[in-house]
Amino acid sequence: MAILSGQTARRRGGARAWASTIVGYAILVFFGLVFLYPFVIQAANSFKTEPDAAANPLSPVPNPFTTASFQRLLDGDFPLWLGNSLLVTVLVTIGRVFLDSLAGYALARLRFKGRGAVFAAVIAVMAVPGVVLLIPKFLVLNQLGIYDTYTALILPLLVDAAGVFIMKQFFESVPASMEEAARIDGAGVFRTFWSVVLPMARPALITLTILSFQGSWNEFPHTLVAVQDPQLFTLPRGVANLVSGSLGAGTQYPLKLGAALLATIPVAVIFAIFQRYFIRGAAEGAEKG
Amino acid sequence: MTTAARDRDDRPRGGGRRDPATRRRTGGGIRGNEGVAGWLFVLPVVVILGVFLLLPILMAFWVSLTGWEGQGSPFKSGVPFVGADNYVRLFTEDGLARRDFMTSIRNNGYYVLVVVPVQTALALALALVVNNRMLRGKGFFRTAFYFPSVTSSVAISVVFLFMFANSGAVNGILSVFGIDGPAWFSDSRGLIHIVLGAVGVDSPPAALTGGGPFGLTWWDWLSGPSVAMCAIMALVVWTTSGTFMLMFLAALQNVPVALDEASELDGASRWQRFRYVTLPLLKPTMFLVVTLGLIGTWQVFDQIYVMSQGNPAKTTLTPAFLSYRTAFKDFEYGRGAAISFVLFLIIIVLTLLQRYVMRDRDEKRPRKRRS
Repeated sequence: MAILSGQTARRRGGARAWASTIVGYAILVFFGLVFLYPFVIQAANSFKTEPDAAANPLSPVPNPFTTASFQRLLDGDFPLWLGNSLLVTVLVTIGRVFLDSLAGYALARLRFKGRGAVFAAVIAVMAVPGVVLLIPKFLVLNQLGIYDTYTALILPLLVDAAGVFIMKQFFESVPASMEEAARIDGAGVFRTFWSVVLPMARPALITLTILSFQGSWNEFPHTLVAVQDPQLFTLPRGVANLVSGSLGAGTQYPLKLGAALLATIPVAVIFAIFQRYFIRGAAEGAEKG
Repeated sequence: MTTAARDRDDRPRGGGRRDPATRRRTGGGIRGNEGVAGWLFVLPVVVILGVFLLLPILMAFWVSLTGWEGQGSPFKSGVPFVGADNYVRLFTEDGLARRDFMTSIRNNGYYVLVVVPVQTALALALALVVNNRMLRGKGFFRTAFYFPSVTSSVAISVVFLFMFANSGAVNGILSVFGIDGPAWFSDSRGLIHIVLGAVGVDSPPAALTGGGPFGLTWWDWLSGPSVAMCAIMALVVWTTSGTFMLMFLAALQNVPVALDEASELDGASRWQRFRYVTLPLLKPTMFLVVTLGLIGTWQVFDQIYVMSQGNPAKTTLTPAFLSYRTAFKDFEYGRGAAISFVLFLIIIVLTLLQRYVMRDRDEKRPRKRRS
């Protein structure tokens, strides 16, 4: 069918089909440039001198080539931000993967009083927009006396409702026979979860790990209301401070772009390796609505 | 839960109930201690979401009824209770508070009006091109279009700040076409005002200088998005289109190829095929993308914080950024929290609307599958 109609189409208007293919590629290449060239600009300009970046912002070739901005970043607070970001990201990712799958498993498989209510609450929480939580979060951190600490930076991010939802959906989609066999053999609930269920959940766990990593690495508004001590800045907070803070806007672009570039690279690498998991995550986001 | 799943779950429970003695003897049986285990499993999630999400919302609601200015605890007796004053000041009482809030609503309104249609149309167009059967290398382009969505909003805002600088990349490209690009981030002129200026209407007509609703003149309400806001809108469309493209792409891949080919053989033109065959099938996805867009665009914050801080002349002020600034820069926590709650209301109404319509769809889907 496909071959047949392809042939008729080609016979009917070979020139037209050819032209539409050309137009198709032209559109793809144009938008490919629109979507990727900003990253080329970002990378190229971070290796330029300031006058060169100001005079030739579009050029992909630094002339002269210099690593001065990266030197300055390394001498400044950048390593500190990087360390804080790594700490927060690793702890938050571990926390989310473990706690979200625990809760997702319980909501999918275990029967306990109030399960429906807990799940309804998780669904409701997913609808709460992050930006309206800025002042509320500050209030509670302040009240608990943990404002401006690593605890404030990490603890509130340690679970997320969307992750619980993803894990619950996953556990409901796999057959229960394996776990039931383990339970009949006398394994406890946690033991079954840990050594039978989790190993089977690898694809979902990878998706959740990647989403958590990306989410916590890029997290910005939470750090605004959780800490103010520059010693506790993460990368996004530090970079934002570099741009809108004391150094002022309009100058030192190679330095700022270099910092932005270094903040982008880890997610870019993860994205390149685990692309299909990102796309699955987006699809799951679409389903949950 | 599907019927099959419910059946499966019910059987062991019935068994357990029938034989409680066995359960006690073996220290729980298959399902015995599930009640405790279930709660232990969800406990961390419940506690953390409760303490850092539900509790703070209640606290913030209380603070929005007070005049707390950041000194000490807002829950001590010395804090002035002002009732609904903070809300009243946003809507009915003339003053700076209301003017700023209404300006932010206006700015965000224009932002929504531009960003949602543009990102939806662009996402659909990209999906259609990437879905074209005749082209190769589609995987690469799909990745390229999606990549901006996963990067840090702060990092990418820095890049766009550089690109939209006075002598930056964007103005460089514009000058190739003989256009003298504006000073993007210091240009507070509204687009509609610029268009009116081009046809000779430089100052507001007398009819529009009078008091419009909520303390802004009609001329102010009808400014259009400012030039500075346009740069931010460009960034947001650029970052979000890839995600929505994936959603359209998933839906397009469910469109049966035979249907498209049949209409092609019937002599339908490319546009007719799109308009009468593809588009109706994409309706649910279209609705999803538009509502997700509406919900997301009312939350714009990171880009504003990094790129403009509400400047120039408050034309990039949005409710989200205004609530942050009011609380953490002006130390008017009560008013800042009140702005948050108004924004919360806007977004929740949009979310509930979406869930209501999507629920209908979800109920229909399995029925179709079974038949």
